[in-house]
Amino acid sequence: MSAIEMKNIVKQYGDGFAAVNNVSIDVADGEFIILVGPSGCGKSTMLRMIVGLEDITSGDMMIGGERVNDKAPRDRDLAMVFQNYALYPHLTVYENIAFPLRLSKEFNDTEIDQKVRNASSTLELDEHLERKPANLSGGQRQRVAMGRAIVRDAKAFLFDEPLSNLDAKLRGQMRTEISRLQKKLGITTVYVTHDQTEAMTLGDRVAVLRRGIMEQLATPRELYENPANLFVAGFIGSPPMNFLPATVEGDMVELPFGKVKIPADKAERARGKGLLIAGVRPEHFEDASVMDPDKVAEGSTFRATVDVSEWLGDQQYAYIPFEAPPEVQAQLSQLERDLDGESLRTQLVVSLDSASFIKDGEELELYVNAKKMHLFDPSTGENLTTSNKGDSSGSSRSSTTVRANGDGAAFAGAPTTRSAGVHREPGGSSPAT
Amino acid sequence: MKRSSGVGIWVGFVAILVWCLLPVVWILSLSLKPVSETAAGSPQFLPKTWTMQNYKDILADGDFTRALINSFGISLIATLLSVIFATLAAYAIARLDFKGKRLVLSIALAIAMFPVVALVGPLFDLWRTVHLFNTWPGLIIPYMSFTLPLAIWTLSAFFREIPWELEQAAQVDGASPWQAFRKVIVPLAAPGVFTAAILTFFFAWNEFVLAISLTSTTASRTVPAQLSFFVGPDPFNPPFSQLATASVVVTIPVIIIVLLFQRKIVAGLTSGAVKG
Repeated sequence: MSAIEMKNIVKQYGDGFAAVNNVSIDVADGEFIILVGPSGCGKSTMLRMIVGLEDITSGDMMIGGERVNDKAPRDRDLAMVFQNYALYPHLTVYENIAFPLRLSKEFNDTEIDQKVRNASSTLELDEHLERKPANLSGGQRQRVAMGRAIVRDAKAFLFDEPLSNLDAKLRGQMRTEISRLQKKLGITTVYVTHDQTEAMTLGDRVAVLRRGIMEQLATPRELYENPANLFVAGFIGSPPMNFLPATVEGDMVELPFGKVKIPADKAERARGKGLLIAGVRPEHFEDASVMDPDKVAEGSTFRATVDVSEWLGDQQYAYIPFEAPPEVQAQLSQLERDLDGESLRTQLVVSLDSASFIKDGEELELYVNAKKMHLFDPSTGENLTTSNKGDSSGSSRSSTTVRANGDGAAFAGAPTTRSAGVHREPGGSSPAT
Repeated sequence: MKRSSGVGIWVGFVAILVWCLLPVVWILSLSLKPVSETAAGSPQFLPKTWTMQNYKDILADGDFTRALINSFGISLIATLLSVIFATLAAYAIARLDFKGKRLVLSIALAIAMFPVVALVGPLFDLWRTVHLFNTWPGLIIPYMSFTLPLAIWTLSAFFREIPWELEQAAQVDGASPWQAFRKVIVPLAAPGVFTAAILTFFFAWNEFVLAISLTSTTASRTVPAQLSFFVGPDPFNPPFSQLATASVVVTIPVIIIVLLFQRKIVAGLTSGAVKG
């Protein structure tokens, strides 16, 4: 077990394309770190640089306090689970798991046998030991790949989208299994995924990447409640955060549907910046008719016509289209492209109590919890309303994330030095392990 | 419907079988006939008297057994060397990014397209000068060069199909590049290696032009070349039964090898390596 320190890591390809651009992450000993982002954001490249399958253009990769930039993968003593498992098809499950031990030449046959059986019983593979990978199901192959990783005492585990080839149910089970295993073994883990459920549930901290740049490194809760910028806000959460054109006047924010009052400190920071983008999560809306009238009175309400509604049993979603001014529209469709999506129209997604009897085409009174509203600068994408940055625990380590000029960032014309997390946290952020 | 198509398949099957195997059966039947029967004007299909005399004669013929040994030795050595070189070359071509990769492949292909006959003259002169004429290496070297291109192409196609991740997984698991190659890649490429080996062996085993031109005695003459010296006492009456017997004898090893390797050449050995 070891800590992994990545210092200003850059990966540039021969054609000058920077897949990873100046990313620094400290992974504490025993910590579970997630690298997440849309496809092409450099998360897998980052992982492959840690393990040594990809050269590092510049920066320092430290594992256990030792610089490993020039070390071959086999000398780094890391265990990796590949996206497609990469099992050796000509070997039995037993030999697959024993493979790293046999290569190390440190163990005799009895020791190897004991270690393999230990790993296989942890992963419930005992009855499959003599089978070949071709005869196993997807979940079993996945477990064999994990077995091969846990059988030796590696310094850290690296996972490259290990669950993306499993079906939804199995994925849920394996996710819990990985979490349990990591807690039990207490081993430093770096986990790459594009699935935000995995990112939110597994990680002690999550690094959100976009186009090779780290946008935010924070605990899952912090990412959800205090996204550093438009990208993180749009990436984390499902259905995603709603983005609406907004202007601040006094304590009031003018939205396409009407004016709502926001807390004074938030308004203070966003005042006088012209047209902004307001971000409100779907669950911060509610059908006012099913709510406690006292509570409704505390927030703001507005009337809107529901285009389509989806009833899911435990909740329901309603879609409300709106018109956005061109500059916001352009920004939002760019964001959508960054998120691998395709926006067809600007619409508001609201999550309503399932008790609400709303029908398509009906008008309803919607409550919005304006306290939870975020305001973003449309040109830089920066979150203007993040509560005092000092209390955003866990994200201090992203302090070196500096965005280079002219890197084709979505938020055009922004000569920005990203301020995401230029702050010290009050110690104690080292994750519980 | 199903029944009639089943019948159709069997009719086609038998037709193809007869078409392919009739000449073989004819040779087999010739080899079992006494000389008197083959010399007769229009011989019947099956022998009147069955005899093994031809086999006894041919195996007692010192020149023929000597040629058989030459054939085996030369073909096996050429195959072995060709497969080893081709495996290494194909691996480099499939895995490494180096300048001139395309050039190597195109040149390999160009060699394969070169007519063998055009090289006989120059090789004859060269081999005499460097004292390789009428020796085993004198045949092994050209056989190897002519089979390498095909072997390289076959094998590099096989290597390309092996998922990269397997090798990377091996490296992460602690293998050196050579260990990864030997313990993971080669076992998985085995079907390709065997395919290349069989093709190379057949080429060397059946080759005639070089064998007849670059040899002068039974010290290195292979069976196909030796067969052309089976003229018998009467130039107008070739020893058909002897020739047929020799053909049967040289075919047997080929059949045995195919049957042996057939099991090794199973497609889909890599299934299960990655999600499928």
